[in-house]
Amino acid sequence: MMDSLLSYWEIPLFRYALFGGVLVALCAALLGTTLVLRRFSMIGDGLSHIGFGALAAASVANVLPMAVAIPVMIAAAFLLLRGSAQGKLRGDAAVALMSTTCLAAGMILTYLGGGTNVDLMNYLFGSIFSLSQKDLWLAIALASLVLPCYGLLYHRIFAVTFDEPFARATGVQAGAFQFATAVFTALTIVLGMRLTGTLLISCLLVFPTLSAMRINGSFFGVTLISAAIGVGCFLLGFVLACLYPGGLPAGASIVAVNAAAFSICAGAGEIVRRRRAHH
Amino acid sequence: MLLEVRSLCLSYGKREVVHNLSFTVDKGECLCVVGGNGSGKSTLLRTLLGLQKATCGEVVLGEGLSHKGIGYLPQAMAAQADFPALAREVIRSGLLGSKGLRPWYTNAERQYADNAAEVMRITNLLNRPFRDLSGGQQRRVLLARAFCATRSLLLLDEPAAGLDAASAEELSLCLERIRKEEGVAILLVTHDPADVLRHADRILTLSTDSTLWDIEEVVRT
Ligand SMILES: Nc1ncnc2c1ncn2[C@@H]1O[C@H](COP(=O)(O)OP(=O)(O)O)[C@@H](O)[C@H]1O
Ligand SMILES: [Mg+2]
Repeated sequence: MMDSLLSYWEIPLFRYALFGGVLVALCAALLGTTLVLRRFSMIGDGLSHIGFGALAAASVANVLPMAVAIPVMIAAAFLLLRGSAQGKLRGDAAVALMSTTCLAAGMILTYLGGGTNVDLMNYLFGSIFSLSQKDLWLAIALASLVLPCYGLLYHRIFAVTFDEPFARATGVQAGAFQFATAVFTALTIVLGMRLTGTLLISCLLVFPTLSAMRINGSFFGVTLISAAIGVGCFLLGFVLACLYPGGLPAGASIVAVNAAAFSICAGAGEIVRRRRAHH
Repeated sequence: MLLEVRSLCLSYGKREVVHNLSFTVDKGECLCVVGGNGSGKSTLLRTLLGLQKATCGEVVLGEGLSHKGIGYLPQAMAAQADFPALAREVIRSGLLGSKGLRPWYTNAERQYADNAAEVMRITNLLNRPFRDLSGGQQRRVLLARAFCATRSLLLLDEPAAGLDAASAEELSLCLERIRKEEGVAILLVTHDPADVLRHADRILTLSTDSTLWDIEEVVRT
């Protein structure tokens, strides 16, 4: 087993996927904590479909995919976050409308542009080994933005997430926060789409936090544990997909490991709660 | 004088909620704000905090007081039943306004937060998750958070709403300690006549007719 892992290690694409994936999973878990707790869980899913539409449009128009997808998704993320924060649009319904529309538009564009495009199929279902060296650099840039910001602004992030009106009253610039969250979320999703695909991306954002919440009652604890769960589940799912005889689709395997981790955490949390109620 | 409101008008779009309102809040006093639902009590508080703009008039803060230095307890938020946060983390978030950009809390700040918990008699709850506390305990944690944010003025929006008699009494005792021992002024929005009788130095009455408001002194014998 070690041997086959070592032989994989020789392949550059394996290393790009591994490092890129760890960084994206880490950023997604951290951003996911505030998104989930502010009730924006579906935004990851919606954004990735919007990204799919943008990529399809880019490939039909024959322009650099990322150059279209990144600005479109930052704009969409900002509008969705702000819209649901102001209660102007019923969050879940708006996301569902937007994401199905963009998915359909992407499919139609792809079809008109000359049938199924391999690259677009990769975006839909994920193909972790399509991460290029450039993607890895993007992931490193993303992580070196998100991690220091998260560390420096941790207490403010907590305050805004827990109680926005109060946070604003103590002078936190909630608007700037929303913008930063939108940009980081959009970038994380653009990169994460390669790992698990458009259809499963929200898993990277949502699962680690939901799992951590079952077994810990402090914000600090949940932040750390969800980061650990996000990275751990990525690694486990990735290695499983590589080692399984005949191989497994890596994206689906990562999601499956996350789902298993969630069940374990939910079970453990329930047992602890029953014990406590018993006393 | 801590705060002076001069001919303040508040409105949403064309609908005026409060018209030409003037009053002051003095050091250490308790001003109770009463009035029916929709009379503009919460809107007034948000305006005093600088979260909302007035359509005319102004809010003048006394010397040394800034919007950030006012403690605020928002009207019962739809508290998420499963939000992971320790009572201690919630209380400390009240220090944000004075902390600046430093990413950690100093010992003095931690001490200050622990003292706020002591004033509300919730020291034993500090390490408990907020989501596991009773409604009354949660409200006292939020009061401690608001208390951390200020040295002179608290704005409390219906702090006792939805609490049973025993929890409301504990909260009332906290308010008394805040005023008598800590000398902090309170602007208290309430529907409970007992609260008004017990705490108010003056009463501001708002009504759904924006031009009808009234401020009166409470005479204690
Ligand atoms: N965000 C808002 N947009 C439009 N109207 C609002 C908004 N918030 C409150 N109002 C209206 O302003 C009036 C005063 O509301 P509020 O200050 O919450 O009253 P109170 O706290 O006294 O119950 C109400 O009629 C309410 O419908
Ligand atoms: Mg109100």
